[in-house]
Amino acid sequence: MSDLTNLGVKAIRDGVAAGDFTAREVAEAFNANVAAAADLNAFIVTTPEHALAAADAVDAKRAAGEELGTMAGVPIGMKDLFATRGVQTTAASAILEGFKPEYESTVSQKLWDAGAGMLGKLNLDQFAMGSSNETSHFGNVANPWKANDGGNAVLAPGGSSGGSSAAVAARLAPAATGTDTGGSIRQPAAFTGISGIKPTYGRCSRWGIVAFASSLDQAGPMARSVEDCAVMLGAMAGFDPKDSTSLDAPVPDWAGALNADLRGKKVGIPKEYRMDGTDAEILASWDDGIAWLKDAGAEVVDVSLPHTKYALPAYYIVAPAEASSNLARYDGVRYGLRDLPEGAGLQDMYAATRAAGFGPEVKRRIMLGTYVLSAGFYDAYYTQAMKVRTLIQRDFNEAFDKCDVILAPTTPTAAFPLGDKLDDPLAMYLNDVFSVPASLAGLPAMSVPSRLNAKGLPLGLQLVGKAMDEQMVLNAGLAIEQRSGFDAQPEKWW
Amino acid sequence: MSNYRIEGATGTWEVVIGLEVHAQVTSNAKLFSGASTAFGAEPNSQVSLVDAAMPGMLPVPNRECIRQAVRTGMAIEAQINAWSRFDRKNYFYADLPQGYQISQLYHPLVGEGQLTIEADEKAGIPADKVIRIERIHVEQDAGKLMHDQHPTMSYVDLNRTGVALMEIVSRPDMTSPAEAGAYIRKLRSILRYVGSCDGNMEEGSMRADVNVSVRKVGDTELGTRTETKNVNSVRFVMQAIEHEVRRQIDVLEDGGQIVQETRLFDPNTGTTRSMRSKEDAHDYRYFPDPDLLPLELDQAFLDECRASLPELPDAKRARYTGELGLTDYNARELTAEVETFARFETLLAETARALGKPEAKVATPVANWSLSVAPGVIKALGDEGDMANATPARQAAILKMQDAGEISGGQAKEIFEIVLKTGREPDEIAETEGLKQVSDTGAIEEAIAAIMAANEDKVAEYRGGKDKLFGFFVGQTMKAMQGKANPAVVNQLLKDKLG
Repeated sequence: MSDLTNLGVKAIRDGVAAGDFTAREVAEAFNANVAAAADLNAFIVTTPEHALAAADAVDAKRAAGEELGTMAGVPIGMKDLFATRGVQTTAASAILEGFKPEYESTVSQKLWDAGAGMLGKLNLDQFAMGSSNETSHFGNVANPWKANDGGNAVLAPGGSSGGSSAAVAARLAPAATGTDTGGSIRQPAAFTGISGIKPTYGRCSRWGIVAFASSLDQAGPMARSVEDCAVMLGAMAGFDPKDSTSLDAPVPDWAGALNADLRGKKVGIPKEYRMDGTDAEILASWDDGIAWLKDAGAEVVDVSLPHTKYALPAYYIVAPAEASSNLARYDGVRYGLRDLPEGAGLQDMYAATRAAGFGPEVKRRIMLGTYVLSAGFYDAYYTQAMKVRTLIQRDFNEAFDKCDVILAPTTPTAAFPLGDKLDDPLAMYLNDVFSVPASLAGLPAMSVPSRLNAKGLPLGLQLVGKAMDEQMVLNAGLAIEQRSGFDAQPEKWW
Repeated sequence: MSNYRIEGATGTWEVVIGLEVHAQVTSNAKLFSGASTAFGAEPNSQVSLVDAAMPGMLPVPNRECIRQAVRTGMAIEAQINAWSRFDRKNYFYADLPQGYQISQLYHPLVGEGQLTIEADEKAGIPADKVIRIERIHVEQDAGKLMHDQHPTMSYVDLNRTGVALMEIVSRPDMTSPAEAGAYIRKLRSILRYVGSCDGNMEEGSMRADVNVSVRKVGDTELGTRTETKNVNSVRFVMQAIEHEVRRQIDVLEDGGQIVQETRLFDPNTGTTRSMRSKEDAHDYRYFPDPDLLPLELDQAFLDECRASLPELPDAKRARYTGELGLTDYNARELTAEVETFARFETLLAETARALGKPEAKVATPVANWSLSVAPGVIKALGDEGDMANATPARQAAILKMQDAGEISGGQAKEIFEIVLKTGREPDEIAETEGLKQVSDTGAIEEAIAAIMAANEDKVAEYRGGKDKLFGFFVGQTMKAMQGKANPAVVNQLLKDKLG
């Protein structure tokens, strides 16, 4: 039954519904792959019993002739940033080790309601801060892909949703949840040859997702096809009165309306993304994408996003500012780690707990954020960054007067070896340069695989759409998917 | 301008006072969570996941809290900002689970407003005075630490965490402790009229941060101020000011300087002491709360808020002195508290109905009854009386008998006393207990004739022009009638007989 793990979301759902195989068989197959992939360190905890119970419920429903949900029988990986009732939820931080919430995040609950099951909680960069999954308290995740250059370096799976990308690429799960604050779905998807979409800010409820940067955080699916992303996004999205920033808008049937015929559509190519020193293979992949979308009937137009170069600095002010405040609640008082030295007072307990509980990258961002919000610096940093954010939104608005979707690379490079950028935060941050602008503007954005580079590593193409127009993003993604012929898989070494 | 001045060794000083009043919003649920706000529950029994700041929890504004703050703003004639926003005030403390308080620094819900404190000669407020209010914003309350539960640890009760507060910030327009006291009393009265805060200072529903500075009379520059936090009664606010004024003058006259600092009031000694100075003040790192969208209020919501406002203290007082013809004193006393005017208005309506007269015609006796007669009887009776017996209908019945001349003022009190003790009906009491005035002219005439016969000399003197003796005849007649004669009838008959 091992071939079941090559199936995607829709194929599993339809196969279960048709009786080609049972949901239990699917869950067992993926549970087995998960159990055999400890080397990848994609999961922080595995929950095979959860996957089986959900599968049995689906099989029972089918036997009873009841209607099945859109994710019925599909076991998935859950990024460990989503609160799952009774199952340890850590954000990959020591400060939450052992924390079992009494509540279920809105997005995970919607997935379970749609018939999905949980294979386990996926590893990630600590509090979703990182681009290589190396900041996790539970160890780094290994990218299932390896370069064909004779070296045996273990590569970064991207971050922060590195457990999600590795698990989906390695067939440990047909799909996984991710969250994207500055590229945390798209960049790992690109690094592992899978697809992932960050919907419009507000499409998916943030309730029950451990917060990193509230005005940017957005959940989305990661899977091996555009259609699977569309199906799963449909199950995740929807208005939630418990999240004040949730979009009160109906959820379209994205999967049902998928259409790769782009005649009459315009694709914008932002000239500012053609930066000096960009990897030639990345540029070649971009040219492929342009050609494929033309082939799908789209007209290609040049657009300008003049404030692009300010996006990364603005992001690294806004996101740490919000994080420094959002992470204040991890103080050792009510839950999670408490480090109370002998004779310590309250301030000592805070200091000891947070020093022991947070990793270096989290501390770095808390300090950055605290600094930019402090008296005398607030206007120079935070206020200025918010102005930049407005200008970037305006850039996109003006670009979308000329086009329906924007095509760009997802990342400036392919996956890099673990440890490569660990000592150079700025180099690490630069990996987000193409993904951050859409995050600041709250726009739907997707990465789809395009090709392997000369080292045999996957590259991704990014599509950015108008607010609320996930359909256009998915349609353009589908057009690329149909033409790229990307069907490469990592060779199993784990 | 108040006439509050302090004579120091180097000259005459005056004081400048501004108040920040924190008023707990009356609502069933907290500002951003559905947890209950009832006072006095078991510790940590009214704490939602949001209040405890569990990972991934998000605030959702409670419309009722916003509505109450808007209504309060309207009651102080303030600018209501249809667009406002919540900011985070960041600091670490064990009673603050989020590590930040959600407040409104940059764009408060309510802008400039004002209220009027009334002239009070005795308190040194020579004329009505307008106190400007800078703003009202809504914010979360913090929890409570308990230091007496464990030898080395402090416990935290989060019941109060997240309860909605209005912070009502005055301009530094007050110049005496009395004005500050009057301001708080007036504000409390308005809040209670509006129903947006119960004004219960003992339970902490209302508390004030008191900003005080002093300067020499004639100086135009403001002195350096101190802020005394969380003072929880009108008397304490006045004490804190008096102490701060004296302390600051002493410091300045000794050649020292006032440190801008936060101070604490000690109710046991009536003094203030330093809590923290500006140098080690927190840097709160305010920024807009990214979990919340700006608060936008539409016209229908604002219209509903305005339509739901009751008659407010100033308007009610004006109506009492105008339409109802009450004295200033009575009007002020009756309108000071919601319970007082509510009882008065009920009894007024009941009495007017019982007498078949317009309210304006019976307002004065009802006011006198409500403010002095009835409270006197109730107080004298103490525990022997049961207020439940004092229904408006029974009190109106007493007032009706008095209006008709059937009973005297003294009899009214006696009847009311029996009502309070027994719950019997006033008409029946008057009848059974013989508590009725005699208006029967025959009996009174008989008594008068006997008195005139026994005091022929005095009759002659009276007729000779000694008018003062009239009182003697009234007294004798009332005595003969054992106090039960209707004084008006006695007067009339005596005038007729004495000629």
